[in-house]
Amino acid sequence: MAVVTLQNVRKVYAGDIEAVKGVSLDIPDGHLCVLVGPSGCGKSTLLRMVAGLETITSGSVAIGGREVNEVEPADRDIAMVFQNYALYPHMSVYDNIAYGLRNRRTPKDEIDRRVQEAARILAIEPFLNRKPRALSGGQRQRVAMGRAIVRKPQVFLFDEPLSNLDAKLRVQMRVEIKKLQRALGVTSIYVTHDQVEAMTLSDKLVVMNAGRVEQVGAPSEVYRRPATRFVATFIGSPPMNLLDGVVEGEGRVRVDGAVLDVSDMRAGLQPGHLVEVGIRPEDLEIVGSASNSVSLPIDFVEELGATQLFYGALGGQPFVVQAGTGVVPADAKSLGLRIAAERIHVFDRESGQRLGRVAETAAA
Amino acid sequence: MVERRHWFSDMLPHLILTIGVGILAFPVWLAVVGSTWDAGTIANGTMPLYPGPYAVENYTRALGHGGRSSGEPVGMLMLNSFVMALAIALGKIAISMISAYAVVYFRFPFRMAAFWLIFITLMLPVEVRIYPTYQVVAQVGLLDTYAGLAVPLIASATATLLFRQFFMTIPPELVEASKIDGAGPLKFFKDTVLPLSITTMAALFVIQFIYGWNQYLWPLLITTRPDMQTIVVGIKKLLVTQDALTEWQIAMTTAVLAMLPPVLVVLVMQKLFVRGLVETEK
Ligand SMILES: Nc1ncnc2c1ncn2[C@@H]1O[C@H](COP(=O)(O)OP(=O)(O)OP(=O)(O)O)[C@@H](O)[C@H]1O
Ligand SMILES: [Mg+2]
Repeated sequence: MAVVTLQNVRKVYAGDIEAVKGVSLDIPDGHLCVLVGPSGCGKSTLLRMVAGLETITSGSVAIGGREVNEVEPADRDIAMVFQNYALYPHMSVYDNIAYGLRNRRTPKDEIDRRVQEAARILAIEPFLNRKPRALSGGQRQRVAMGRAIVRKPQVFLFDEPLSNLDAKLRVQMRVEIKKLQRALGVTSIYVTHDQVEAMTLSDKLVVMNAGRVEQVGAPSEVYRRPATRFVATFIGSPPMNLLDGVVEGEGRVRVDGAVLDVSDMRAGLQPGHLVEVGIRPEDLEIVGSASNSVSLPIDFVEELGATQLFYGALGGQPFVVQAGTGVVPADAKSLGLRIAAERIHVFDRESGQRLGRVAETAAA
Repeated sequence: MVERRHWFSDMLPHLILTIGVGILAFPVWLAVVGSTWDAGTIANGTMPLYPGPYAVENYTRALGHGGRSSGEPVGMLMLNSFVMALAIALGKIAISMISAYAVVYFRFPFRMAAFWLIFITLMLPVEVRIYPTYQVVAQVGLLDTYAGLAVPLIASATATLLFRQFFMTIPPELVEASKIDGAGPLKFFKDTVLPLSITTMAALFVIQFIYGWNQYLWPLLITTRPDMQTIVVGIKKLLVTQDALTEWQIAMTTAVLAMLPPVLVVLVMQKLFVRGLVETEK
């Protein structure tokens, strides 16, 4: 069990490709930290630097207070689960799980005890004598987990461990990983580009973009108060609507001819300041055709079962509304919308930074 | 779409294959038959196409004494050939596997240069570099030794390339998992690369054993003592005789015996061999 601390970590690959551009991060003991971001943003690179599989160009990585920049992967007391599992194809499941312990000269009976225990926890006892190729994807995934947990490491590292599984199994394994991580209390870093996985798994969510950290926080906080326009559109599905707007006065923004009251906007902004207003599709109130509402002509509707998505455009910019099935009459041609002042996010149009509070409370 | 097949289109492939097999097998059959007749029958051109009564006599003489002109018992020649072929095959596998491992898994200075140097040796088989090679072998005193027979033939670009190709199909995550599991380069080689390469090694062994067994020019050049000769050289000597009649029955017998070890190697390794050539599963 250990705290993981990254300080201004950078990675420059051969050919001046700067994959990670200075990341600082504190992961408290026992927390599950999820790195999420679009493809190529440097998540894997960052994780692999913690694992010791990539050299660290500058900055420092510390595990349990010990700087490990120059420490071999085997001596960092970490275990890693790979996307393609990386099981040894010629070894039985038992040997796959035991291999790391054998290399550490753990006594035989101790190895056996630990392998059996891991197999029991992961329900893979019936397969211990099989070769990986005789297992299904989900079973291989479990073996890979087994290989990680027998070692009782200080840190688990996961690089998109579920992305080779089908949707249903992915949800199931997601829950299991979370439970297991809770039960073992091992500090974990989990890389994914699936934002649902990221939201559901994390104690601490790190949103990355182009080699930088955009925002760190509890998942609910990141969702409620995205620090940048990028985070706003990346977290949440369907993504947040963005409309161009102009500051009208304190707490007021003009969007497409209408003036909106905003409760969370930085004070002292000059009227005329160019902003973008963010509204989540699920935050809108549908009010029929009441006064002081905005009317959205419906272009088309997507049925998701429990909810429906209404697509249209406001002021020439695409706009999506999510509503419970049945709330809107089937033959409606337009929606009357109202939005609560505290549900409106305001971003600087130039920098994309949130113009408002980011942290919910002082302590993260 | 299901197609009605004509009897002719069923038969055609069989017909072609039968002709092919016939062409390949006929000389072998001739040799086998020849090894069971006496010299006279073969020499006057009336040898029938079925086995004759002299098999036991011919084989005992060949194995025990050899032909008049070569004077070495075939058993001895076969042993020499066997040692040489085995040393070449095993040596090639060992060396090329290690060098491929270095080229694929280590980032050392001039790595690509090393790789291209290995590659270029494809253009330098023994026959091309035979004179300098002979000089070196002679000067270090390896004439008439097994080492002299085998070592110069061991370096192999083909095998190195084959292993390199194979290693590059091993997922890089396996190396990383090994690193995290505490296995260094030697342990990774022993615990993961070697077991995964077994079928590739088997395929190479078959090919290289036959390559070694069939060597003619090199053993001819560096062996002077009759008891260090290989069987392929021995057959040649049986055919060229200055004073006496060629002992065709002994030549045929020797030829048949010379075919046996490669055939045995292929038979024994067949399963692994085929898997090694076609296997893609990692
Ligand atoms: N060995 C390498 N050499 C050079 N550039 C690399 C190397 N590995 C990764 N990169 C580059 O670094 C950047 C970050 O790569 P990384 O694998 O960390 O992305 P990622 O966030 O994990 O993406 P994905 O979600 O697709 O896995 C990419 O632009 C990639 O092209
Ligand atoms: Mg990645």
